Amino acid sequence: MIQQDVLQVDNLKTYFHLEEGRTAKAVDDISFKISPGETVALVGESGSGKSISALSIMQLINKPGRIEGGKITLNGEEITNYNAKQMTKIRGNDIAMIFQEPMTALNPVFTIGNQITEIIRKHKKMNKQEAHQHAVDLLKLVGLSRAEEMMKEYPHQLSGGMRQRVMIAMAISCDPKLLIADEPTTALDVTIQAQILDLMKEMKERFEMALLLITHDVGVVSQYADRVMVMYGGQIVEESTVDVLLESPKHPYTQGLLASLPMVDKDVARLGTIKGTVPPAYDFPAGCRFSTRCPHVMEQCLSHNPSLSDIESEHKVRCHLYPSEVEE
Amino acid sequence: MHKYIIRRILVFIPMLIMLSIIVFALATAAPGDPFTGKILDPTVDPEVFNEQREALGLNDPIPVQYLRWATAMAKGDFGESMYYKGRDVASLISERIVNTVYLGVFALVLTLIVAIPIGIYSAKNPYSPLDYGATTFGFFGLAVPNFFFGLIAIYVFAIKLGWFPAQGTISNIHVTGFAEFLDRIHHMVLPGITLGLAGTATYMRYMRSEVLDVLGSDYIRTAKAKGMSDRSVMYKHTLRNAMIPIITLMGFEFGALLSGAIITEQVFSYPGLGTLFINSITNRDYPVIMSITLLLGVAILIGNLLADIFYSIVDPRIRYD
Repeated sequence: MIQQDVLQVDNLKTYFHLEEGRTAKAVDDISFKISPGETVALVGESGSGKSISALSIMQLINKPGRIEGGKITLNGEEITNYNAKQMTKIRGNDIAMIFQEPMTALNPVFTIGNQITEIIRKHKKMNKQEAHQHAVDLLKLVGLSRAEEMMKEYPHQLSGGMRQRVMIAMAISCDPKLLIADEPTTALDVTIQAQILDLMKEMKERFEMALLLITHDVGVVSQYADRVMVMYGGQIVEESTVDVLLESPKHPYTQGLLASLPMVDKDVARLGTIKGTVPPAYDFPAGCRFSTRCPHVMEQCLSHNPSLSDIESEHKVRCHLYPSEVEE
Repeated sequence: MHKYIIRRILVFIPMLIMLSIIVFALATAAPGDPFTGKILDPTVDPEVFNEQREALGLNDPIPVQYLRWATAMAKGDFGESMYYKGRDVASLISERIVNTVYLGVFALVLTLIVAIPIGIYSAKNPYSPLDYGATTFGFFGLAVPNFFFGLIAIYVFAIKLGWFPAQGTISNIHVTGFAEFLDRIHHMVLPGITLGLAGTATYMRYMRSEVLDVLGSDYIRTAKAKGMSDRSVMYKHTLRNAMIPIITLMGFEFGALLSGAIITEQVFSYPGLGTLFINSITNRDYPVIMSITLLLGVAILIGNLLADIFYSIVDPRIRYD
């Protein structure tokens, strides 16, 4: 029997309707699946639509943004049309999320204990004492040994790394099946980054969660992810297993991204760069969205946006350089 | 925390001394003394007045006069009114201050129950018709002077419609108990609204921008991601944070309401501290002027102290020790 996917996203579109009638297609037709226990990395530059994709899954898009189309299926149940009340039962319970900025992600005027027990009491049938005990256990689990005292402390009394541990404790408190981590270590010191990622990996294995890891750090991807999706201009441009993608990247953008990384075993005089910047989401080029920066740009790239197609098993690329097996 | 409060109260003392020096200096700098401007009996030898001045200590060096005044004030002896002969200032003030405090509390409560819900609604529904309406009202409230609004209110609601009395605190001295309370409230409506108008506008604008600000913050996104209901997000996570600057503002409001009442009370002939103040200025009743000025100063100091204390209660990041 094929195991049911934890998350399936089909043709998700999230647009922002800006002033002057412009529309920013922040997420434009993305589809992917996450299997139970799998770690999938979503990689891309700032502005490529990674975070908006994650927030769309949570249905936390604020005005003027709107989910325009597509289907989000969680554990076999479509949640796309869930109303606000139904979503509050999903958020924090079935899908939990960790954010980039631990310094501002916790409410400054409530104690750590208050903020953790709040989510526990929301989703689990526990009384105050049980929730308190559960919260203390969770804090200890994420490596905060002063758990009991910390329950009475406020976020400003903790360091960034500690706060991110608190966020993790909060995220795993209701045994979610999917954890979305939006650049969880970007704001942390390098030494703390590895600790937090290791902790997330440990928790993921312990609680058998699937993990959607949003990052722009390819180094993180290679160490922690099973599968990678590369996003550019609101679309997935390449998708494969980590080993394949790092060994033989196909899309010129992925190639550029990898060439821009320093490698210990390769001695290069100068790191590669990708010329230009991501075009704004309200002003994508007509054809391939990477055509404005692509070193291999061809005539047809300027007029036709290629589709994401399989070039080998479990390796999809959105590029005219690789004619797809099935012509459209 | 206790240490902080005690320290703050100790800091009070030098501030109070400074305040009293300023009040005294201003009163002394004003030309004339209690004998100036009075129609004096021409048959009395001017030398007698000089003797009187000597006896009252008005010819003493100013620092000596100040010390004498300040020690008396410190003992609670506010002196005797020069206009209301034989009445001491303390009793004059104490019978009026009650009315002013009632009016101030009424205006403040009115301000808060109007401004805070509207501010929250505006932030939740920015650019909605009600938000635009509230914005318009906000500009109106800030732009229209107290006395002008008061006069319009009297004309429309007291004279034309006859809904509310135009002046005084009670209509009949024989009513007692709850009926008296209702009667007082009835009298306070127009002056209360007039006094609270500018404050309502200010708080509404503050509340709107604070709530909007907090709603966009990361920790609100976290709360939503935890599955908290809209109610909990707004009334627990947002409001507590949005109230912090409002509380600071309220500390100042305490003093501002008392001094704002000076004009409003005059417009409505409301027998409070403000009317007494204006009358004593007209009558050059220096002991009353000085006492009220000092009192207003103390009220502002206390307001700030209260704001600081509340501030540290709502915002755990602020601990004064």
